[in-house]
Amino acid sequence: MSTQVVAATNITKYYPLRTGFLDRMTRKEELRVHAVDGVSLEIGANETLGLVGESGSGKTTLGRVLLMLERPTAGTVTFYGEDITRLAGENLRQLRKKMQVVFQNPNSSLDPRMRAKDLISEPLKAFSEVGKETIEESVLRALEAVSLSNDCLTRFPHEFSGGQKQRIAIARALVLNPQFVVLDEPTSALDASVQAQILNLLRGIQENRRLSYLFITHNVNVVKYMADRIAVMYSGELIEIGETKEVLERSLHPYSLSLISSIPQPDPRRRLQIVPPKGETPSSVNPPSGCRFNPRCPYAETICKTSRPSLREIKPGHWSACHFAEKFVDPIVTNS
Amino acid sequence: MDFETHLTQRLGDCSPRMDQTTFTPIPATPSESLVDIQDLTVNYKAGIRVLTALNKVSLKIRPREILALVGESGCGKSTLGLSIINLLPSPPAKVEEGRIVFQGEDLVHMSGNEMATLRGTRISMIFQDPMSSLDPVFTVGQQITEAIEIREGRTHLVRDSYGPFPRNYQVGDPTARTRLNRILFGVSSRRSRMRKYSDEAVDALTKVGIADPRRVLAKYPHELSGGIAQRVMIAQALVEKPSILIADEPTSALDVTTQAQVLNLMKELRNEIGTSLLFITHDLAVAAQIADKVAVMYAAEISEVADVNEIFTEPLHPYTEGLITSFPNKYRDQGKLEAIGGDVPDLRSLPSGCRFHPRCRYAFDRCAKERPHLVEPSRGRQVACFLRYSK
Repeated sequence: MSTQVVAATNITKYYPLRTGFLDRMTRKEELRVHAVDGVSLEIGANETLGLVGESGSGKTTLGRVLLMLERPTAGTVTFYGEDITRLAGENLRQLRKKMQVVFQNPNSSLDPRMRAKDLISEPLKAFSEVGKETIEESVLRALEAVSLSNDCLTRFPHEFSGGQKQRIAIARALVLNPQFVVLDEPTSALDASVQAQILNLLRGIQENRRLSYLFITHNVNVVKYMADRIAVMYSGELIEIGETKEVLERSLHPYSLSLISSIPQPDPRRRLQIVPPKGETPSSVNPPSGCRFNPRCPYAETICKTSRPSLREIKPGHWSACHFAEKFVDPIVTNS
Repeated sequence: MDFETHLTQRLGDCSPRMDQTTFTPIPATPSESLVDIQDLTVNYKAGIRVLTALNKVSLKIRPREILALVGESGCGKSTLGLSIINLLPSPPAKVEEGRIVFQGEDLVHMSGNEMATLRGTRISMIFQDPMSSLDPVFTVGQQITEAIEIREGRTHLVRDSYGPFPRNYQVGDPTARTRLNRILFGVSSRRSRMRKYSDEAVDALTKVGIADPRRVLAKYPHELSGGIAQRVMIAQALVEKPSILIADEPTSALDVTTQAQVLNLMKELRNEIGTSLLFITHDLAVAAQIADKVAVMYAAEISEVADVNEIFTEPLHPYTEGLITSFPNKYRDQGKLEAIGGDVPDLRSLPSGCRFHPRCRYAFDRCAKERPHLVEPSRGRQVACFLRYSK
């Protein structure tokens, strides 16, 4: 964590909700989906930050904001110290070279009518980075990085298996030598036996190229294996962030505790003991007041309903947004 | 039954001194299977190509047992589930050979009408995506009461008019037929029946942990969250009180905290109404959490069957072993995962011999030539691997 690659301060992203005319006239406030609400985080060089949360917690939106694929409603994103929130046009386009993304489903992120070599070289051509000869070289290098053989080059996406397709999507992201890659659920669509291959591949690439990753997933086991630090999101807010082992074993937030205790382990002797939280994730249009976890939290008190807890550093490098985070400092072993 | 036993039974019935338990049927032995799948082969025909989705699969499910069927996409696990409830899309699917014996009856050669009386009464199924298995134009209450009606044998309601189901039970006078039935046979009115049924539906929804069941009953599926919708599906299965429930990836579309709740719920269900459960999943960890027994499938074949504790501590098949070692459950600094090389084979171009041998680290000559059959190295365990043959 010597240098910051990406840093976000108070990122907020609201999406206006389409309502009828009468609704607009009668309501004082516009209805908005609170996708991301006041999130600050930073990612260091050669670091993997795992971003976990349930569906609808705003993980993907946050990833897209960091890449400037979405403009935040409020807050700033810096990339190597430079504010990129206001960038536009050619400056923004040039920034794209340094930040790439791999999506969940390679079937929808790869054009079915393009051959592998065109898919991989497309980013190079878009930035007219190099001459024709070196395009070939870069493509081969990217292909080698994802351990695909050269005879794949002329094939179409449908001729590949899911794992191979995801390798092509990764090669496509790597070919411009980015410094920061957002991996948005890159293995969720893959089979169990192939997932491990891709995870190992991603780790190998990071070691060779010293990249920074934002690894977005709902699968805590995957993040445990991939990430240096973990950030937990709930209902658009960042509620805990810290070293992977710290967060998983000595979590300081009741939601993370229940999330971690809900993860099934491949071991019948360790069946889930702790009762998962009751109820459902709150509405993102009209989130609960105070702490957003308070309606489901077993430790909730009056203060939780009235005041919104801010993210505080409870232990060095371990932040939690809970009024009673100190209560959890005594080690509770949840998941070893 | 011969006359003598008949007579003794009649006498027994009349005699107050006789113990009531004398004539209860002999309970099934615990080792007896509820569903016995024997050499089931299912093909999908696509033009001139034929895909074998299940290749001589044999599997037994015992009463009150939770059997997890684990496998990767395209290995045939869903086909197996669908063939038990006889809902294979046919064509293109066709059962080529084999039998599925369920409580003494062969489900494969059963007529459509007979099968329809089993579905929803003795065999039920839950699918992965609750949103697409609930009918969007009917309320939750209508759908659960439909399940109860079917259980109560009122199949004509559905069969008379396929699809649409009476929308509002409270509205309208009883039809002439119902009135006549009531006079002739004392059949209860639809209205009172519906009241009784909706009480039962409320009970079922309460049991699956829905806090406000009466409100949920009046809702349409699109108004529910994924977790609630899956619970509604389970509630529907609960009111049907089936002997076996087939659950095809019931938690894959859910978040982990919801998944944990649903898994707990399904275990309680088994304990409460004694349903056997065929739990189809791709997630080894989920299988470890819920199953009594685990069957692993690979490329249309069963590769290993074992007790849940044994299979995780001592997997016999290299594929099972690979699945376990490639499961990410260590920290970044604890070294790399041992992944299985290669890709899941395409059913259109399967390797010769053992279907796993191109990816297997222990493969030897014989594996490429011959196909291993399931053998039983110890009681209750089955494995199809040559490594376990010559002992």
